[in-house]
Amino acid sequence: MKRPFEEIVVQHGPTVLRVCRAVLARPDAEDAWSETFLAALRGYPDLADGANVEAWLVTIAHRKAIDVLRAQRRRATPVAEIGETSSTIGVWQPPEESLWAALGALPTKQRQAVAYHHVAGLQYAEVATIIGGSTEAARRAASDGIQALRRRYYSDELASPEGIHS
Amino acid sequence: MINSNEPLFAALTDDETPTMSRLHDQLVAAADADRLLDVAYRTVDSPVGTLLLAATDQGLVRVAYQLEDHDQVLQTLSQRVSPRILHAPRRLDQVARQLAEYFVGERRDFVLPLDFRLAHGFRREVLGRLVMIDYGRTETYSQVAAATGHPRAVRAVGSACATNPLPVIVPCHRVLRSDGRLGGYIAGLHIKAALLSLEAGRHPDINSAPHTNFAPR
Repeated sequence: MKRPFEEIVVQHGPTVLRVCRAVLARPDAEDAWSETFLAALRGYPDLADGANVEAWLVTIAHRKAIDVLRAQRRRATPVAEIGETSSTIGVWQPPEESLWAALGALPTKQRQAVAYHHVAGLQYAEVATIIGGSTEAARRAASDGIQALRRRYYSDELASPEGIHS
Repeated sequence: MINSNEPLFAALTDDETPTMSRLHDQLVAAADADRLLDVAYRTVDSPVGTLLLAATDQGLVRVAYQLEDHDQVLQTLSQRVSPRILHAPRRLDQVARQLAEYFVGERRDFVLPLDFRLAHGFRREVLGRLVMIDYGRTETYSQVAAATGHPRAVRAVGSACATNPLPVIVPCHRVLRSDGRLGGYIAGLHIKAALLSLEAGRHPDINSAPHTNFAPR
């Protein structure tokens, strides 16, 4: 019983786009989304019935993102990381943009673990399968990433730590 | 929709609609170029309600009335043709235009590639016979049976009409009972009557018919 692929795009498209944005800069994220869904459409008839479609899509997106990052490294012009030093004074940024920017400043593993667990909603075991390493390592990477994000993000966006809780 | 309970991501706004729509269009174009778009579909509004249109690379494969439940029809196409199905309206522009012309009485024949893969055996043979019944004319179930060389297969002709995957385009509405009564129709007899009045040059008075749901949408 395979659902029409259109339903897959409608249901999972926005989440996969956010996952791509969480691990890549914006124009690259959209390219990765396009390549992910084209590859998914190609492989969809062979996907096992009852498979976790979201985990499958995130796995494809993960590979596409790695391809993009590798291609960038080959081009070898290092881009300055957007982090605490980038001033946002006088520039209005939607929270989403600054969150993606803060995510971009994390080490790759943390960034991926946060994206796949917190943005895509996958279990740590599924995250570990995608990024390699143990479930516990995935949990730790996500946790470290969130701590770092809170420091960077809330220091910019919110003066008060009241809203933060775990 | 973010399914995280991490408060950081509660800050994410949710309006991805314009981006998703652009990315969807790009996906359709790329899928088409790579020959991965096995079934393209769209809906059109018509005087007989919203119609679902679906096409393969062979041609139009399905026309469905709302009564048939469009989601269910797509699910069936996913199983019987291919799950590589995308909403791709432009692939069905020609069909939509010809149908619009038909419903205003300006078109008598559809000139479209048709894919009959959803009909098999005798039923498919019957459909091949139905497309030869001209606009504005009718035949009886027994005449169609006789024309296929199986004069006693009247009931089988009836079920071929009832399961016609391409209603309106393949005119099963032009087949009546020998006593002149309408017989049956997938979307209800009032729709069959409306199509016949349209073809007789009368304004189809669909809205006065019982059990209709043709409010403009």
